Formats: sequence, structure tokens, C-alpha cells
Amino acid sequence: MNTESLGAIFLNACLVNNFVLAYFLGICPFLGVSGKMETATKMGAAVMFVMLISSMCAYGIHAFLVAIDAPFLQLISYIVVIASTVQLVEMFIKKMSPSLFKSLGIFLPLITTNCAILGVALFQTNKEYGFLESIVYALGAGAGFTLALVLIAGLREQLNFADVPKISKGTALTLFIAGILSLCFMGFAGLGA
Amino acid sequence: MSIVIAIAALGGLTLLLAIMLIFANKKLFVYEDPRIDKVEDMLPHANCGACGYPGCRPFAEALVLKKSLPGKCTVSSDEGRQSIAEFLGVALGAEEKQVARLACAGGTNVAINRAQYIGVQSCQAANLVSGGGKGCFWGCLGHGDCESVCDFDAITMNEHGLPIVDVEKCTACGDCVEVCPKDLFSLQPISHKLWIACKNLEQGEAILEDCQVGCTACGKCAMDAPGELITMKNNLPVINYSESHNTQKPIQRCPTGAIVWLEDSGLMIKGKESRKIIRKGSRLMGNS
Repeated sequence: MNTESLGAIFLNACLVNNFVLAYFLGICPFLGVSGKMETATKMGAAVMFVMLISSMCAYGIHAFLVAIDAPFLQLISYIVVIASTVQLVEMFIKKMSPSLFKSLGIFLPLITTNCAILGVALFQTNKEYGFLESIVYALGAGAGFTLALVLIAGLREQLNFADVPKISKGTALTLFIAGILSLCFMGFAGLGA
Repeated sequence: MSIVIAIAALGGLTLLLAIMLIFANKKLFVYEDPRIDKVEDMLPHANCGACGYPGCRPFAEALVLKKSLPGKCTVSSDEGRQSIAEFLGVALGAEEKQVARLACAGGTNVAINRAQYIGVQSCQAANLVSGGGKGCFWGCLGHGDCESVCDFDAITMNEHGLPIVDVEKCTACGDCVEVCPKDLFSLQPISHKLWIACKNLEQGEAILEDCQVGCTACGKCAMDAPGELITMKNNLPVINYSESHNTQKPIQRCPTGAIVWLEDSGLMIKGKESRKIIRKGSRLMGNS
């Protein structure tokens, strides 16, 4: 068992080893839906929710698979759980907020293959976290993902009004600021495990 | 033994999740107006965006919600628009047809190249190299980006390397406007027959060295035009289309034929005093 305190686990997943800016996981929604602050926060919330559910399921499934001596089913069962959670979230959002459903567009079903989410499930298994620790870890990772999305969305909204060279507009500029953001997060490097 | 366990475990898991999703689907079912699908079927599926919506489906949704009118779709045939209007019981909302117009007439027979561009045959690529090789900095580069971007085959390059817009086929989707690195295309209502086919911001006879049909900013069209119809701005005439503009008078004294009259068929009429262009081949540097 791991002996880290819950607070340390949270900060580790959220800031020090931020999934997007330090591990390069989940880059596609990070670049794809960070154009507007409003969609960015809701995308962050959706990913966080899926992370939380899949993390809890992953803990149970892992224990179950170890019990029946079939750990080779780990990856496929995680993927099945994540895919169905995303399907559920998609239905929920379509019902509750059609406009959000539209603005998230293709990136909503793409959460299924968001590597950050499978990353959380696999890392927590590797690190042998208990149930509570897994939940805290998933929450931290989700918060870190949302934080990265909100930071870059804010910068991009401001840059819409800036006079930037025409050649660097759009994707190139987004990648520049993503790099600079990652540079900032490197300031946390080495503080956690 | 382990194969049975594996199948049972995974089968159980997926069955559980499937049941959960079946229930969720029933609980969270979203009712959609069936008319949206029908209207979408009636639209041309070009997804060109000329109506102002991202594609045909969002436009169909807007039509059903009466936020837009069938006439906004410039790609449909008249009967198509009419049948949508009848199906939804709304007004047609006819819009005046718009066409893409090119603000340049400098084909290879009248305009020279100061440098030869060798490379990817695309205007956007050529434009990155000091704005292309053309003598006139503002002129059409003639590599045909507009021709290839047009989904409706409405643009063809003529023998002098100038794009010619087929008024019948043009749906005013705006793709050529976006792709042209020199910003020469714009969408104009078809009733705007008076047209300045030049974007050269320089003044005087010197520009004729680069292009024989360029605007020398002599201002004769502005003087001849009734009222405030034409004003000179940045060495180019600017037509104020909000005034009555159904007159061929301004084009008559233009020495180069930079201001033209465009018939509905796409036929270009130049003024009487404009210089006749008889050269068929390319104009080389030094030829006048």
C-alpha cells in the first residue's frame, strides 16, 4: 500500500504531474475545445466526472480481476467501462443542455479515447492506491485537466483581440501558448513523487 | 478454465453496462422534431455555409424553428426552395442572387511578371514568396486556388490565367473569397453591374508598365458618374451601391477599361474610349 497523504496525492495529480502539461495526456480536447472559457469549464467538468466514475470502477474491476486470476482482462474492461460512462454523459448532456452538446461537438464522444482518463485508471493500479486514494487521485487529475483547459481558454480569449502576426494565428498560436504554459508548470517539477 | 472465466467476467461486465445504458437511453431520450430530417433531405447537402449556418442540418433546424427562411439557401433550385417553403408553410424569403466577382482583369496578355515563380502551383504558396512574381502587387497570381476550392465548378481559369466565374453555377458560398491571398474576390448582388476590376493602389501612367488594364486613378469615372455614386479613395474609384447605379455612363471615358459593366450572362463590357487589347499571347517585360 501507498503511504502518501490524500492531500499530497491530490496536489501531485493536479499540479506537479499535471496530466496535460507534464504528461502530455489528453491533448486533443486541450487544444480542440479551449477556444471559449464556457465550453472549456464544462468540458473539464465532463472529463472530471468520467475520470471519477472510471476510477471507482477501475478499482473494483482490478480487485475482481485479481480475485478471479484474470488480470490480462484489465485493459479491455477499463475501456468498456470508460466508453459506457462517456455514452451516459453524452446522453445526459444532450438531454440537459443541447447547446453545450453542440459546442462540445465531436470532442464529447472523443472523451472515450481520451488518454488522460485511461491514464488515471492505469496509474492508480500501478501505484496500488486504495479506494479513497483512487478517488482523490481521479479528482486531482480531473481538477488539473480543468485547470489547464481554463488557463489556456482564458489566454486564447484574450489573444483573440491581440494583434498577432497573421502567419501564427490559429493552431500555431495555441501550440505556442500551450508550450509556455507547460514551461510554467515545470516550476513544480520534483516537488512530488 | 481461464477462458471460461474470462468470457464470463467480460460478458457479465458488458451485459451490466448494456442494461444500464438501455435504461439511461429510455430515461434520457430526447425528442427531435421529425420535420428536421425531412427538411434536411430536401436541402442540397452541400454543407457550403452560404446560408450563414455551419451546414445543412443546422440550417434545417433553424428553418423548422422559423429562425431563417428557405430563400437563404442559394444552392437549392427554385423548385427545391419552393417545396421547403410549402412543406413548412412559411414564406420563401427570396434573396437576390449573389455572385463572386474578381477585382482584377490582369491576365497574362496584359500584365507582366517581374519574377518567375517556380514551386508549388498555388497562389497561397506563391504569395508567401514576396507576394508572388506578378508586376502588380495587388493582382491575380493566376495559379487557380479559387478554381480548385470551388465545389460547384463555377470557376475556370481562362487562357490568360484569370479565373472566370460562371454566374449560373456560382452559389455565393464564399470559398473563393476566403482562399484568395490577394483578397480579390467578393460576393456581390447580381444587380451590381458597375464594377471596378482593379485593386492597384498606385497612381498614374506608370502602372501601365505592369498592367495595361489597371486603374490609373485619373478620376474620370468619378466625374462622369451622377451625384456621389463614385468617389476616389486610395487611388481607386469606390462605387456607392446604395445610390442608383444602373448607368453605363461612368465606364465610357475610362482610358484603360478598369471600370466595367457586367451583364447578367457574365459578359464584360468596357467603355468606348478604353484601349483595345488585341494581344493573344503573354505580355513580356518591356512590351507596351
